[in-house]
Amino acid sequence: MVDFFALGEQILVMAFLVTLGYAIGMFFNGFARKITARIHNRVGPPIYQGYIDVFKLFGKKTNISHGWIFDLAALFSIAGITLVFLFLPVAGFSMLSTDGDLFLILYLLAIPALGFALGAGASGNPNAAVGIMRALMTMLAYELPLVMVIVAMMVHYNTTSLAGIVAAQSNMHWAIFLPVFLIGAIVADMALQGMLMEKPFDIPIAPHEIATGPMVEFGGKHLGALMLYKMMGIVVETTLFVDLFLGGGVILSVAQYGWLAYVVNFLVWFGLITFVFFLALLINAVFPRFRIEQALKFYWKYDALVALLILIWIFVEVST
Amino acid sequence: MTLNHDDWGKVARMMSKRSLWMVHFCTGCGAMEMPPVMTSRYDMERFGMHAMATPRQADVFLVTGYLAVKTLKRVVQVYEQMRDPKYVIGFGSCTINGGMYWDSYNTIKDLSKYIPVDVYIAGCMPRPEAIIDSFLKLMDMIDKGEAIGWKKYHKYYDQYKKNQRMAYAYRLDEVEDIKEDDAK
Repeated sequence: MVDFFALGEQILVMAFLVTLGYAIGMFFNGFARKITARIHNRVGPPIYQGYIDVFKLFGKKTNISHGWIFDLAALFSIAGITLVFLFLPVAGFSMLSTDGDLFLILYLLAIPALGFALGAGASGNPNAAVGIMRALMTMLAYELPLVMVIVAMMVHYNTTSLAGIVAAQSNMHWAIFLPVFLIGAIVADMALQGMLMEKPFDIPIAPHEIATGPMVEFGGKHLGALMLYKMMGIVVETTLFVDLFLGGGVILSVAQYGWLAYVVNFLVWFGLITFVFFLALLINAVFPRFRIEQALKFYWKYDALVALLILIWIFVEVST
Repeated sequence: MTLNHDDWGKVARMMSKRSLWMVHFCTGCGAMEMPPVMTSRYDMERFGMHAMATPRQADVFLVTGYLAVKTLKRVVQVYEQMRDPKYVIGFGSCTINGGMYWDSYNTIKDLSKYIPVDVYIAGCMPRPEAIIDSFLKLMDMIDKGEAIGWKKYHKYYDQYKKNQRMAYAYRLDEVEDIKEDDAK
């Protein structure tokens, strides 16, 4: 007998969290522009600019389409990134996560980028083709160090579940307090910079060289959908980092404090992802852009080397 | 001719005036005045304005300076690639009456005969303050529903196209004013 009441409750909570995730993502858009403006000694747009931009894009009157793949690509990306979000433990509250979901998340993270690539390919613009080639190259580059650090964490905590890793870090035993994972967090943060497509790794977008690359033919409602995907991407990627290294923002145990723990944990989680994103913005505001082979060299030569040392360290630690 | 004054349209206009994305077509010397407007001296991002890389993503089309006949073809192409609602700002004397190129054989004199222009900025060169002022004026017009150039382009399409064809054939003296009928 299926418990329909509990199922309905779970679906409602998930819908609420997804809406909240998009709202936070839109907030981050304005936040990023404001912070960048302040670093440039400008006033900058209001902090709620992201909401206005998305509303305006969905209110455009005409939409130029390049076939049904172009129309569906943005939806494909949104669906993919929402699915990743549902599999992440948010403030220790896991919605769909089960055993071995860390592998699943790493696999699912490629799907939104694939949708992005499909849409860009369907638009038939040469700039989009160049941008997509660069995006996939960057993905290839940053995933190697990131996966090595994540494998090290799996070995150390003896679990392949992200919820398990978060649970193991409860009572403030955050991974970042261990010296080996402090270095790991720095390596993963560099990979995060590439994931977020912030400078110096904004090679796929590069507005001044290839006219925003994959997004070159997108406008109106299509661009609005892509912006939603990018905004949610920020929330997902920073949450992944916080779950891995900062204990997912869990500081009160639910068993002990009840609903108060949920509220406090959510606020802490929000503060932590804002802080992680803020660090990425600081790097973004002062650096120029790498060329694609420089990015590849950075990730595979330096980042991956340190990640490999961490992996060896963890294996030695486990085997002794 | 006014926009429908329904409430939803009002909200949409309120949002779109605070988020104008601009594509600037800098052929003339006007490009020189844009960097101070965008960067920390005058900072147009205060109003949510942002320079975009492609016409597909843009709402405002800023035409700076004189337009040769060959350039006009590209301007029309860019304008037609933009999505409605779209607004045009004519920048400098050259877009109003030809400016210092008033007797040139291959520059157009009045931009509004080829594409509908919502706001003109007079001057040679207009200062960044004048550009910011024109943005504020355009935002005000959008709010009141007066920036309807894109509707005019749909309505008088044949007249605009005729003028563009005349210009492409260098028959600039045969270009006529756009005749608007007030009956709507």
